[in-house]
Amino acid sequence: MNWVLVMPIAVPFATAVIVYLARNYPAGRWISLAGSVLSLIASAALMVAVLREGVVAAQMSNWDAPFGITLVSDYLSAVMVVITAITGLATAIYALGEVPEETERLGFYALFQVLIAGVTGAFLTGDLFNLYVWFEVMLIASFSLLVIGGGKERLDAGIKYVALNLVSTLVFLSGIGLLYGVTGTLNMADLRGAVAASDNQGLITVIAMMFMVGFGVKAAMFPLFFWLPASYHTPYFAISAVFAGLLTKVGVYALMRMFTLVFVGDVGFTHEILIWASLLTMFTGVIGAAAQMDFRKILSFHIISQIGYMTLGLALYTPLALMGGVFYLVHHIIVKANLFFVAGLAKQYAGSTDLNRLGGLYKSAPLLAALFIIPAFSLAGFPPLSGFWAKYLIVKAAIELDMWFVTFVSLLVGLLTIYSMTKIWGYAFWKPHPEGYDPTPDRAPARVTATMITPIAGLAAMTIIIGFFPEPFVQFAQTAAMQLLEPTDYVTTVLGVQP
Amino acid sequence: MNSIIFTAGARILVALVFVFSLFMLLRGHHLPGGGFIGGLLGAVAFIIYSLASGPEETRRALRVSPEVIAILGLGIALLAGLVSFFMGDPFFTGQWYWVGGDSYETAAFSINSVLVFDIGVYLVVLGGILSLTFAFEEET
Amino acid sequence: METLAALIIGVLTAASVYLMLARTFMRFLFGLILLSNAVNLTIFASGRMTKGHPALVPYGADAPLVAVGNALPQALVLTAIVIGFGLLAFALALAFETFRRTGTIETDELRFAEPKEDTQQ
Repeated sequence: MNWVLVMPIAVPFATAVIVYLARNYPAGRWISLAGSVLSLIASAALMVAVLREGVVAAQMSNWDAPFGITLVSDYLSAVMVVITAITGLATAIYALGEVPEETERLGFYALFQVLIAGVTGAFLTGDLFNLYVWFEVMLIASFSLLVIGGGKERLDAGIKYVALNLVSTLVFLSGIGLLYGVTGTLNMADLRGAVAASDNQGLITVIAMMFMVGFGVKAAMFPLFFWLPASYHTPYFAISAVFAGLLTKVGVYALMRMFTLVFVGDVGFTHEILIWASLLTMFTGVIGAAAQMDFRKILSFHIISQIGYMTLGLALYTPLALMGGVFYLVHHIIVKANLFFVAGLAKQYAGSTDLNRLGGLYKSAPLLAALFIIPAFSLAGFPPLSGFWAKYLIVKAAIELDMWFVTFVSLLVGLLTIYSMTKIWGYAFWKPHPEGYDPTPDRAPARVTATMITPIAGLAAMTIIIGFFPEPFVQFAQTAAMQLLEPTDYVTTVLGVQP
Repeated sequence: MNSIIFTAGARILVALVFVFSLFMLLRGHHLPGGGFIGGLLGAVAFIIYSLASGPEETRRALRVSPEVIAILGLGIALLAGLVSFFMGDPFFTGQWYWVGGDSYETAAFSINSVLVFDIGVYLVVLGGILSLTFAFEEET
Repeated sequence: METLAALIIGVLTAASVYLMLARTFMRFLFGLILLSNAVNLTIFASGRMTKGHPALVPYGADAPLVAVGNALPQALVLTAIVIGFGLLAFALALAFETFRRTGTIETDELRFAEPKEDTQQ
């Protein structure tokens, strides 16, 4: 039971060590790829164990909970780990085509594997302080990956990203400190009982708000999202994709975990704030995207707007809404990473990501155009792609609660998303190239293009599969939501006793 | 830094601090000390050396680049955790082998995975801090 | 003791906010250092400030013989200090590199990733 939980973290770490030592040899990138495949296998093993047992937990170093560090995985954690491994593998393949050799020598793949290890660790840990440590592992790797390769834009973006993320981390950390002062424990399962039993509920709510701010910055919620559009359009596309897919979702995951497991004492207050923050996140994100004329900047703002849907699923706090939130989380990682991949390939083909200087891709790269349509329309929520089911579940949950304003905003944002996606389609794919020349795919060597289009096709296929056969995925999300709302299993598995 | 006194003094100081760092490393676990403190002290030793003789000379003295030291340390620490895998215990459970006895009081000394982990930490800290200081020293 | 700690935390936080509002990234970093110290002190104070001995178990005993200080916050603070140190060192290196490449670390002038004309589309 232990090893299925440890391996998804240990494999990327071990890969990072070996890849760094082999960074000057061409073998390095293949080791990285092999490591990603192994991570996928390890996470699949975890998924199998979770499907069989419901919740699995392991005490590190044989120290019993709540004194030691616990690794624990329920349905939500397991699916996040699997999706992390899938995104990691797709990015490792994509990076083979995009990342130049000088950057490889700087240790690109090692940093990338550490990033994956950090994200996986954050999903698996059952200890609050350990979560902080995994956040930092993730952050330090992401800082380096953001600025690797140099250039003024990257350094500038790096400063903004680093500054705001460090502040949010400190808010999170002081929340941990205060929570420890009130309850005397940091094990998440143990905290559930300790927080409910605390006689200082006012202070608990204050701490909950500190966590909301800390995770809100990571998740890029309104009004804390400013670092995201300032930085996500500058690094390598592979890195943009993995950031866009995974990093903000770690914040959303942490919000979901804390606000279903621990901070449930004053749902009327905390989750009401979350509803409004989510609506504003959705709306500002999509409006921000409408004002942009750069492929990646539009996508960056759309991350923000989509984050709003996920946190809305949490904020409505019904089984159906949470189910929608979980479904959305998974669907969005696949789709968003894929869109950034497409943006990178569009730049390879046509030389820019500025929509005014792009064009003619429909004619010159019909396969890419077809592959763009799938994630783009899934993002906008066209049936029968995966995004439709995700939005459908959330909107249905809002209707069931008679929250008509929430329903209205969700639908409106969906509509505006279509506007942005058709804008990209029109400018980059349909209109002729503005500089007159016919951009042809053979500007990049065919081998490179093939490596880069493989993960795009793979993720697009997953989008279609989820879209056409949503039933098992929806059922999975339903179980995950039930586990979140009724975490008795989680608590007893971690603590090993009946509460 | 061209002071003869400092350069000459540094030789003795470096050796002393470095030996003390190893002492701190081996003393850990049962007494205050351990890989982290040891690694810091070890880094201090090499920083003194690089202040006296310059970062290029220090890199030559280290033979291996500090980044590689750090990443090797990470690998060693990970291996220390994996040892318990073969013993059937949870990850990172300390594995103890007592020489000349069967417990802390009776044995002459012990071979254990905790020390291996500490050595890993030592190398990570040493390598990490040195690569940072070198980065600053060499840029100016 | 707790009152004093609370006052120090408050002063540190106030000073750090003042510094972080400055236009220079360096001052922001100094503010961040102060804030991270304030947070560390918060964690430390959360473990209750009591007079006690170091949490060490003597030879031959299974538990400490005298009243010892709470060791957990100490461990947490140590971890937080180490991580904070690493992150701040990285941020400092980043600021240095940015200054070398662009000649400025004034936050108003750092618009390379988002040039002004972008907003007027």
